[in-house]
Amino acid sequence: MSSPMSSPTSAPISPASFDHRHLLGIESLRPHEITAILDLADSYVDLNRRPEKHSDALAGLTQINMFFENSTRTQASFEIAGKRLGADVMNMAMQASSIKKGETLIDTAMTLNAMHPDLLVVRHPHSGAVDLLSQKVNCAVLNAGDGRHEHPTQALLDALTIRRAKGRLHRLNIAICGDVAHSRVARSNLILLGKMENRIRLIGPPTLVPGQFAEFGAEIYDDMREGLKDVDVVMMLRLQKERMDGGFIPSEREYFHRYGLDAEKLSHAKPDAIVMHPGPMNRGVEIDGTIADDINRSVIQEQVEMGVAVRMAAMDLLAQNLRKSRSDAAAG
Amino acid sequence: MTLLFTNARLINPEAGTDSLGALLVQDGKIAETLPEGTEPAQLFRARNIDASAVEIIDCGGKCLAPGIVDIGVKVCEPGERHKESYKTAGLAAAAGGVTTIVTRPDTAPAIDSPETLEFVTRRAQEDAPVHVLPMAALTKGRAGREMTEIGFLMDAGAVAFSDCDHVVSDTKVFSRALTYAKSCGALVIAHPQEPLLSAGAAATSGKFAALRGLPAVSPMAERMGLDRDIALLEMTGAKYHADQITTARALPALERAKANGLDITAGTSIHHLTLNELDVADYRTFFKVKPPLRSEEDRLAVAEAVRTGLIDTISSMHTPQDEESKRLPFEEAAAGAVALETLLPAAMRLYHADLLDLPVLFRALALNPAKRLGLASGRLAAGAPADLVLFDPYLPFVMDRFQLKSKSQNTPYDGQRMQGRVLATYVTGTPVYRRD
Repeated sequence: MSSPMSSPTSAPISPASFDHRHLLGIESLRPHEITAILDLADSYVDLNRRPEKHSDALAGLTQINMFFENSTRTQASFEIAGKRLGADVMNMAMQASSIKKGETLIDTAMTLNAMHPDLLVVRHPHSGAVDLLSQKVNCAVLNAGDGRHEHPTQALLDALTIRRAKGRLHRLNIAICGDVAHSRVARSNLILLGKMENRIRLIGPPTLVPGQFAEFGAEIYDDMREGLKDVDVVMMLRLQKERMDGGFIPSEREYFHRYGLDAEKLSHAKPDAIVMHPGPMNRGVEIDGTIADDINRSVIQEQVEMGVAVRMAAMDLLAQNLRKSRSDAAAG
Repeated sequence: MTLLFTNARLINPEAGTDSLGALLVQDGKIAETLPEGTEPAQLFRARNIDASAVEIIDCGGKCLAPGIVDIGVKVCEPGERHKESYKTAGLAAAAGGVTTIVTRPDTAPAIDSPETLEFVTRRAQEDAPVHVLPMAALTKGRAGREMTEIGFLMDAGAVAFSDCDHVVSDTKVFSRALTYAKSCGALVIAHPQEPLLSAGAAATSGKFAALRGLPAVSPMAERMGLDRDIALLEMTGAKYHADQITTARALPALERAKANGLDITAGTSIHHLTLNELDVADYRTFFKVKPPLRSEEDRLAVAEAVRTGLIDTISSMHTPQDEESKRLPFEEAAAGAVALETLLPAAMRLYHADLLDLPVLFRALALNPAKRLGLASGRLAAGAPADLVLFDPYLPFVMDRFQLKSKSQNTPYDGQRMQGRVLATYVTGTPVYRRD
């Protein structure tokens, strides 16, 4: 479904098709806005595959990545996305900084705001924290994951991966497997894939897949083989050991035995079903290494590639809106 | 000093009546209630009262009710006077029609010794225009290990004993404290909650909490806490009040305990009666209270339990928090809301929604809490102290939190349309608040 374009920066996205100041979650996006981001991201995939991967969409703008929680891949992905679009990118490892000295989130936000950034990319361990921060700054804010709430760019990159692999992003049977309770990736995906009219199954032990998720219109399975039957897409989640208070599962080996994705369990899915994982993987805990490396089934590397393109698209759209609102303010 | 309130809509929670009439106050006490159409001149002759010494207050058909007796108000002295002092809490209470505040001991340090209790009693007498009755902690430092000097604390004026939101999780400690309290005739107020199940929770489990990704607790934790406490009451026979019952699932247990003759009463908070979990919306921390707001089904079940009398009292659970404690991510933000001034207007929502009538509301706001504490107030009866609130249940306004008299302005009703305002408040016949 890629739509090749001659020049990504002149993408035909009218501001009306994505009318947001921030990207805080999937919940506030409408289906056509999701499609607009994915269409633009498709063009950035093409750009990223060229030897000269550069555009000036964010030239002159300052992007600050504020990660209050450890991250390597998401932070790197946002950094590369910003640099390829010509932004001045700065990374702040917030864990090691002022928070330790007792500064509140809002004070940190106000301090940064005074440096006139244009794009703030924020990850925070508490649900709603990025939303709170966005109310106190004048720039565009991108949520790079807040607590157990949302991780919108992950859901968008997953959607783009599915759309390119399956040729469509609707009427698919999609299984999300594992630690749904503690996963912002699961929430954002559940909302996005639901908005695009797919059937979603959640698979995992009831301690990790609470019954209230049925109220989002998902089907819940605690038997993985039954849940994987005839699905088009298998999304594995990381078993977030660092989030566990302890006692959600008896042991890693029992978890792998019952809910780890191996060839036998995968055989219950459609023969052309794709396997996804947001990373970083725990090989032998939630996914068998040979499945993860099977280039015929696994799209895990594509997900990483799509991540850069989707983040370029999201920042491009937000920057367009930011420039427009600034020029409107200057004119009016 | 003699006062005659004429042309008043008298809200009498004892008789369950809401009717026009007059009320005579002499020497700080209610002398009698009089039927509609009583001629002042005739009355004064019949009662041998010097008419020139009487202040006649024409209520213009507005409501006159017993002043509110609010169990569980936090005044932040000692320790956090910047959040609320006895002076500001007293002014807020007067403006809210609350004539008696029963203060919580969850201060820093906790009010757990006769010496700290004396300090707060003195501060209250100096600064507050309303009656202040202090509670003391049930265990030292509210730590749930050793009981406080219940006898000395009662001598110093403690009206009840509570560790507030710290549940005494050691059942042996709690059963001994209940047994000892019973021998002193002391009232124990507890927070029914299973503390391990609700640890770390910021919301009630359900679709909303799942969508917002907030750590949540099942409403069952409240019933489990109540079930345990009821078993301990069967064991000890103590005098017990549950501070807040907020879920439908806890109600049958409460009903059985009452039917079995245990000395148990229960309260709920005005926030749980008028708000639900969805009000949190985009992580609005002014709606973070403890226990967390519940589902709409729970809210309606609790309102119905107040109507039938199963739940005895309604409190403000006034909990001042400064801006810094609230301007944080939802999970990190402090719980609690100020409510002394908004208690009555919020309660009027239940009246306007036809859930509770005014005599029932004042039974829960004034009569029942007074009875539970052994006070003579809370009623419109001859001989009761003239603690009165005059209010207009229909007066509309938009809540502006910066108009509140509390030092902290963390009200969830900020910006909301409300109907019902206090016009005047009297404490033992003396006006302590008049709306201009």
